[in-house]
Parts: sequence; structure tokens; C-alpha cells
Amino acid sequence: MPGKKIFISGDEAVAEAVRMARPHVISAYPITPQTVTVERISDFVEDGSLKSEYLHVESEHSAMSAAIGAAAVGARTFTATSSQGLLYMAETLPYASGARFPIVMMNANRTVATPWALLSDHRDSLSQLDSGWMQVYCEDAQEAFDMILQAYRIAEDPRVMSPVMVNLDGFILTHTYEMVDLPDQEEVDAFLPPYRTENRMDLEEPRTVCYASLDEYMEFHMKQEFDMRKARAVIAEVDRDFGIRFGRQYGGLLEKYRCEDADAVIFTLGSVTGTVRSVIDSMRGNGYRVGLVKMRFVRPFPEDEVVDIAEKVKAIGVLDRDLSIGYEGIVFSNVSSSVLRACSAPAMVNYIGGLGGRNISKDNIQEMFLELLRAADGEKGKRVRFVNVGSEYDG
Amino acid sequence: MDRPKIVRYEKPGKVENYPCGAIRVGTLVQDNAGWRILKPVIDHGKCVMCLRCFLLCPDGVIDKSGKILEIDYRFCKGCGICARECKVEAIEMVREGGDEDAG
Ligand code: SF4
Ligand code: SF4
Repeated sequence: MPGKKIFISGDEAVAEAVRMARPHVISAYPITPQTVTVERISDFVEDGSLKSEYLHVESEHSAMSAAIGAAAVGARTFTATSSQGLLYMAETLPYASGARFPIVMMNANRTVATPWALLSDHRDSLSQLDSGWMQVYCEDAQEAFDMILQAYRIAEDPRVMSPVMVNLDGFILTHTYEMVDLPDQEEVDAFLPPYRTENRMDLEEPRTVCYASLDEYMEFHMKQEFDMRKARAVIAEVDRDFGIRFGRQYGGLLEKYRCEDADAVIFTLGSVTGTVRSVIDSMRGNGYRVGLVKMRFVRPFPEDEVVDIAEKVKAIGVLDRDLSIGYEGIVFSNVSSSVLRACSAPAMVNYIGGLGGRNISKDNIQEMFLELLRAADGEKGKRVRFVNVGSEYDG
Repeated sequence: MDRPKIVRYEKPGKVENYPCGAIRVGTLVQDNAGWRILKPVIDHGKCVMCLRCFLLCPDGVIDKSGKILEIDYRFCKGCGICARECKVEAIEMVREGGDEDAG
């Protein structure tokens, strides 16, 4: 039976996906620009269309703590946050990942203070890259919907058993209305069967979580790391299965767009990807050999895929909507370390843009590509460049 | 007294065999009184069986199932709370390795 198409925002798409994923427990605290998601989910619980326990908690720290508690007795859980809320929750993130609870969390990417701002960049989520959570970034509302469903399958896979953070650019995705294809509930149930796990507290067979043994602390985290590496194959597998069932596939860890014979490619995360695609289409029309690498997962990191790309292109630009102050863009550091493993050495340029919601225009992207093509021909330039800055700067 | 069995813990030989998240419990891996310096000794002549020590021992190691109280020295950590709380001063904290041998 076919599903239906409805006109909804990114926030609502996440809420619809959560309804279809049927979590047992939802614990959340509203924060702009995630608010609509948790409001819709609480409507669904209220009207009975989602049979879950909804915990209106008093903070993000409690939201994650409650999700951890529920996951500890084997519940499928959902929470959502953004920006300062994610940072407030930060202490609890490694608890969830270390205990290997497959919690799915939506994060509406919003910049972090100070200066205070509500608009989007990736400094919130990327600051939690080392928390043991998988991180995926969505390009549009449909992908956000699909990734919530995929995230549960990936997280709950016994080979992986790790939580997933599904990221949507605040406002640009969370508040923009798009047509979203909602599948039939039965098809979703077949794709995502009920969650069953051994990894839970049980009166019949007592277990403990947050166990610490100084002797074995390292081995526990090594096991976590090895399982996270296995997640790469699971992500690809789940994406393929999703494609077969629902007709939409995203490429797993990353997506390459018109990279075949490209001299220069730009790496993106999230919503700016669409703009880069359209610039590529028009530049390709004028004979420029440019392509796109849409980073979908940043953890686990698509190491081999990046090495493969680096061996085929002459210049790589990484468009970071974040900045690790004192060094460079976080994605750029991650991409660079994989590029080092490649047999060739493409020129590397880091573009820092879109901080605090600053626009990244088609012209900006075209300029990046033109500069990258010059770098591909051997022109030396700056390693880190700031995009669409209103004032002049020396640096 | 209903005590968990002590089962020696075997480390998994390979990192891959480590448990994923929660680990099985219900057995104790070792007795834990290795660091005790003073141990509580009950003078049963003085003890009036008020059970104050039984209630307040943080480790629950005082057994009241027999005619007299018995302390399980495998798990008593020597904190001295029982001795301090006993109103008739029936419990004395005795240095470990001394002449008294109540263990
Ligand atoms: S507190 Fe003192 S008197 Fe009371 S039961 Fe314990 S040893 Fe006996
Ligand atoms: S010394 Fe502390 S642990 Fe030992 S029996 Fe007394 S109260 Fe319990």
C-alpha cells in the first residue's frame, strides 16, 4: 500500500518519523529551533496516534538522563535538542554511548553563544564529535524523515549498539516546508522491527551499567571503537535495504555528486549541499570539472571513501560551518587526516562560512570552485579562508 | 545469612569478547575487606539486641538470623559506624592483626 505525500517542515518530518518508529519513551525539553518537533510528538501522544510515554523533563541534561534510564530497561527512546541544550546535555552523552544504548536524538543545528544567536551552524554538534555518538547530517526534510528511521535500524543493530544524532540545520531545514513522502506504517514496521536487546537491566538476570574497572577501562572503549568501525558497513547495508523498500537511497556514509572526472570537489554537511549541487550543475554546463562530496556521517568517519576521492581529484575544498578556534574547521581537520593516507596529495583549502546563519550564496560557492581549480593547477593560496565576510580582514 | 557467592572474574581473552554495555552481575568478584584497619567486635554479654547496628551498617554485613549478631568480616569494611551508634558500647573497634581474632 502506498504511503502519502504531505507538505511539512523539517521539524514536523522528524516528528512524523518518530511516530512511525514507535519509541517506547520520549523525553525532551523544547528549545528553538527544535521546539516544533517535540510539540508535534507530544500532540501525537496526546491524541493516541503514538503510544509512548512522553516525559516533559526540566532540562536537556534530564532529557538525556531519562532516555538513558529508559534505554537501560530495554526501551526504544527518542529525544531532541539544539545548541546550548546539546551542550547542557553533553555530560550525559558518553554515558549513553559507553553503556551502548541505541538512543536516537534529533539535533537542530544552531550556533552556540557568545554572541548569542539562534540561526544555524554546526558548532553545537561538532563539539560532541568525540562523545561516542554517530552523527549524520541531512540535506532536506525527506532525508531527515528517512534518517530517523534508518538511525534506529543502525543504532539497534547488535553489531553496532551505539546512539545516533540526526542533525538538521536550524530554520533552513527545521522551519522550511517541503513535500515529504510518508511511507505506509506496515512497511516501516517491516523495515524497523520492535527493539529487543540483551543489553538491559533485568530482575531475572541482574546486570549493571556504567561499570568501571580500572583494569579494563581501555578494553571497554576499544570494543566500542571496533563496533563503531563495523557501523560503516551497517550504515551502507541499512541504506541499501531502505532503498529497496522505499525507493530512496543516500549513499551511506557519504554521497558523491558529479565527481567522476572532477578536478576540484567541495565537501559539505547539511543544507548547503543543495546550493552546491546547483552551482555544480551550472558550472558543469560551462565546462568546469567540479564535483560535490556530501559528508553524511562524520562519526563513524568515511575514511576509505575520502582516501579514494583524494586519489582522484586535484583539489579539495572543505566547507565548514564551524570553527575550532585556534586551528581550523573541524571537518577540514578530519578530512585532511584521511587525505594524508592517499597516494597523491591534492591541494586542500578550508572554507569557513555560514557561522551563526551567515548566508553562503551561489556566487560564494562559485568563487570557491574557481579558486580550487586554480589550486589544482598549482597556484598557492591560503589554507583557511572565511566566506562572505562583511568586513575586510588580514589573516 | 543470604550472601552472594564469590565467583572469581575471568577477563575476556580478546577485546572483541568484552560485553557490549551492561554486564552481568549477581555474583561478587572478590571479598572487599582488604583495606580494613580496625574491625568491630561485639561483646555479646553487653549487646541488648536493639539492632541499631544491624540497621545502620552501610554494607549490610551484620547478620541477625542467629541467637547472637554475627558480622561477616569478608565484607565489613571497618568504618566503625556500628561501634559509634551502639548505645550500650557493646562494639569495640580492634586493630587488625592484633590478639583478638574474631574473623
Ligand atoms: S547496637 Fe549494640 S546493643 Fe544494639 S544490637 Fe548492635 S551491638 Fe547490640
Ligand atoms: S564496621 Fe562498618 S561495615 Fe563493619 S559491621 Fe560495623 S558498620 Fe558494618
